[in-house]
Amino acid sequence: MEMQQFHYDNKIVTKFLYATIIFGVVGMVVGLLLAFMFLFPNLTDGISWLSFGRLRPLHTNAVIFAFVGNAMFAGVYYSLQRLLKTRMASDLLSNINFWGWQLIIVAAAITLPLGITTSKEYAELEWPIDIAIALVWVVFGVNMIWTILKRRQRHLYVAVWFYIATFVTVAVLHIFNSLELPVSAMKSYSVYAGVQDALVQWWYGHNAVAFFLTTPFLGLMYYFVPKAANRPVYSYRLSIVHFWSLIFIYIWAGPHHLLYTALPEWAQNLGVTFSVMLLMPSWGGMINGLLTLRGAWDKVRTDPVLKFLVVAITGYGMATFEGPTLSLKNVNAIAHFTDWIIAHVHVGALAWNGFMAFGIIYYLIPRLFKTKLYSLGLANLHFWLGTLGIIIYALPMYVAGFTQASMWKQFNPDGTLVYGNFLETVTEIIPMYWMRAIGGTLYILGMLILVYNVIATVRSGSKVQDELAEAPALERVTKKRTANEGWHTWLERRPIQLTLLATIAILIGGIIQIVPTIMVKSNIPTIASVKPYTPLELEGRDIYIREGCVGCHSQMIRPFRSEVERYGEYSKAGEFVYDHPFLWGSKRTGPDLHRVGGKYSDNWHFNHMYDPQSTSSGSIMPRYQWLINNELDKSQTEAKMQTMVSLGVPYSDEEIANAQQSMEEQGAQIEQNLYSDPDFAKNYEADKKYATESGEDFVEMKNREIVALIAYLQRLGTDIKVETAQN
Amino acid sequence: MLKFVKNHMESIAGIEIYPIISLLIFFIFFVALFWWVVTAKKDYIKTVSNIPLDNQNNDTL
Repeated sequence: MEMQQFHYDNKIVTKFLYATIIFGVVGMVVGLLLAFMFLFPNLTDGISWLSFGRLRPLHTNAVIFAFVGNAMFAGVYYSLQRLLKTRMASDLLSNINFWGWQLIIVAAAITLPLGITTSKEYAELEWPIDIAIALVWVVFGVNMIWTILKRRQRHLYVAVWFYIATFVTVAVLHIFNSLELPVSAMKSYSVYAGVQDALVQWWYGHNAVAFFLTTPFLGLMYYFVPKAANRPVYSYRLSIVHFWSLIFIYIWAGPHHLLYTALPEWAQNLGVTFSVMLLMPSWGGMINGLLTLRGAWDKVRTDPVLKFLVVAITGYGMATFEGPTLSLKNVNAIAHFTDWIIAHVHVGALAWNGFMAFGIIYYLIPRLFKTKLYSLGLANLHFWLGTLGIIIYALPMYVAGFTQASMWKQFNPDGTLVYGNFLETVTEIIPMYWMRAIGGTLYILGMLILVYNVIATVRSGSKVQDELAEAPALERVTKKRTANEGWHTWLERRPIQLTLLATIAILIGGIIQIVPTIMVKSNIPTIASVKPYTPLELEGRDIYIREGCVGCHSQMIRPFRSEVERYGEYSKAGEFVYDHPFLWGSKRTGPDLHRVGGKYSDNWHFNHMYDPQSTSSGSIMPRYQWLINNELDKSQTEAKMQTMVSLGVPYSDEEIANAQQSMEEQGAQIEQNLYSDPDFAKNYEADKKYATESGEDFVEMKNREIVALIAYLQRLGTDIKVETAQN
Repeated sequence: MLKFVKNHMESIAGIEIYPIISLLIFFIFFVALFWWVVTAKKDYIKTVSNIPLDNQNNDTL
């Protein structure tokens, strides 16, 4: 048989590896900064673009899409070429994929701190960047499928199926969740509202975990674990079952993020059922990965690559056992909104994704540079620091989660809450936040050791070159099944058909959940007294979105006695019909805000934003003093309302025409209310006088951002109170 | 529990057949999957699972 010579493209792999390492450090350092903000809330006092609410999405995006994303691309570009015995189809597409992805990351790193965000978790980037993501992702997919078509290896190894499913599903998820109507170049509103937005968001959010953080890494596991252990995967049959059942079941499980919320109960139950089933394929995969080391466990003692991979797979097993457990309604009632979830995601991110990435880096760098790893000792040190870091991070967060949940739910014999003041439940867990910060520090120290080790290895090695390989050309065979050829065997050499079937498998679950919720009106019972936000409240809501308040405050009171007692009437689906996007949140570092409207005076909110510790002793909320000084940008208000009209919010032409006047009046009213505080009146008048005397421009209070935010906060959850009052 | 499902879904015409279709999709999906896996030939499985280990030329460390 004629042998063909060709070169593997190692340069693109190296580029992605460097990006992985650089953005890994960045993402983790931002995470550590956030961890310290729990302890020193005013660490970045007065710097709006370094405030907690804006940095949190930067941390999650940097870790997920920059660190894990680049590691995924590096691993895929390395293994795909070797599994298919061919160079990537197009160097140009590979490079567009690389540079496009890095540009998107840079765009995210600029826009998120500026408060340009959609507020939907892990999909915070605004619409122009969303379009760029879709384009670069398609470039990746085209390059991959093109490479598959010109392969020299007839059968597609299971890792390649995982890569294909990743490409297809992330494309579907990203496009449907990012459907939004632009107001301007950097502002848009989700086309879905309230409950529907929540369902689509968590269908996306859950499956972003599944198909961005899990399936590509499972593919990498099926390649790199056999490579590192130098033996084939434990059971290839199991890997087939693993693949198909995982992608088929995963896509249904999204609603477990919305248990006890205003989401229709049938959808919640469907989510729970599939989440529980998900345990089986997940653990099938984990067992398959670990048992690949059968007879090679002695290597784990000496080879840091295997150490990292083993802990990664173990972390995967723990996180995927915990996931179905958390999706049970009774467990979820405890865990949701608490730090337990933070522990859960960090076991996944630090152990599974992080350690897989480290294992792959330590495996690839010496091979790409044709040398030995600079220091095995340092790699081992990294391993132990990282492992210890994960434990010291996760354990306190579990304790914190249980502490929060039990304190939130504790009743006195007379039926009142034992910890009626939310702050008591915050101050109680500060020691846990300290330990978490220490765990995170250890993990980052390990990462820095990796950086040093990699630099030293690269210096001692030779320059990356295209690597020569040879393989026989692929003979053409019939498109039909040959004699004695099994159906799946045939499928494995028909990549397009395999892609189509994978697409069908992932679409079924999404369609069954989402279509009825959107199509069937009775799923969202409307409430007559629920009205659209006034122009000023709408602007205030956009400030709430910009500052990332949703990162620490939920707007979803679950129908529990403890929550109704603490916050007020539980949240109804019909209350959110004009919420583009929904702002239910997923974490309660601070209290729920759905019924905060009317609970405090305008002055209280003003003082609280100026200095949260002055109104709420022991609060860990940072100061938002720029809101008090900034002038409210009212230039887009009409455009925003017009966009809302296109999305079905019933603003009349008259309301839009009178928007400026309406904002003026509502602002003036709040300004007048603020005067009831003599301190405010004194300081404000003094400021005004000073400005007039020195000839500076003076922005009246009614035109400042704080007034819009107060208007929004005072409106929250009050619509159904109107109904009760009328009845 | 079922009352939530029923109330919301009753407005769809022909809804009665959904659970049966769902069950069938599931059943057939997994039966077909296991059928293939169980009947796959041993030497084929062996060949395919060795694909990652095939090219040893870059493992000369």
